[in-house]
Amino acid sequence: MSETKQFMYVNRKAPYGTIYAWESLEVVLIGAAFEQDVRLAFVDDGVYQLCKGQDTTGLGIKNFSATYKALGDYDVNKIYIEKESLDARGLTLDDLMPLVYEDENDDWAEKDSIKVVSSQEMAELFEQSDVLFNF
Amino acid sequence: MSILHTVNKSPFDRNSLESCVRLAAKGGAVLMIEDGVYGAMKGTSKSEVVSNAMNDLTFYVLGPDLKARGVDESKLIDGIKVVDYNGFVNLTVENDKVQSWL
Repeated sequence: MSETKQFMYVNRKAPYGTIYAWESLEVVLIGAAFEQDVRLAFVDDGVYQLCKGQDTTGLGIKNFSATYKALGDYDVNKIYIEKESLDARGLTLDDLMPLVYEDENDDWAEKDSIKVVSSQEMAELFEQSDVLFNF
Repeated sequence: MSILHTVNKSPFDRNSLESCVRLAAKGGAVLMIEDGVYGAMKGTSKSEVVSNAMNDLTFYVLGPDLKARGVDESKLIDGIKVVDYNGFVNLTVENDKVQSWL
């Protein structure tokens, strides 16, 4: 395998109305399996993907929200959420599922994977990435 | 490091253009294609999204998509550059990566 690339997955769609969110999650897990440096961004309606309390039993489709909580186990622990998108939707961090990972360099201490960033910080993160995947 | 942003949705239907402009770093290029070309027209309720961002970003629009929709170049916001398919290819080469605002 050649050098590691920084992959940024940009999620802009709500979870169940279209297939984008689910497809993104699948591609993220594939990228992580190839040991790439994976980052996730949630902007616009993408922030709805991380909301607590999702229950799809009435729809007869898979509730994939639990999969986000497993991302830490796949070393996917850089998750960025745009503050402006949360604000526009009347959401705060408390409305979202807590996502954590165990830091192997810090005696497996449990740490937050989620970072809330401004639009400007998000733009810089996009610039720093080698490849952008949009969903 | 610069990014070519492509926008293919009408700004009257989706927020793609507005999100692109909000999250594009200074020095980036924005190419409006398909229904995205409606975002390049002057005198609309969304024209300011583009005109307010022109100091920081360079805007392009795909000529064949304009023509197909009967949008004359005289109706474009001043400063937007019209490119053909070769121009599209050149933009992808000139920039480090592409971000498509689906």
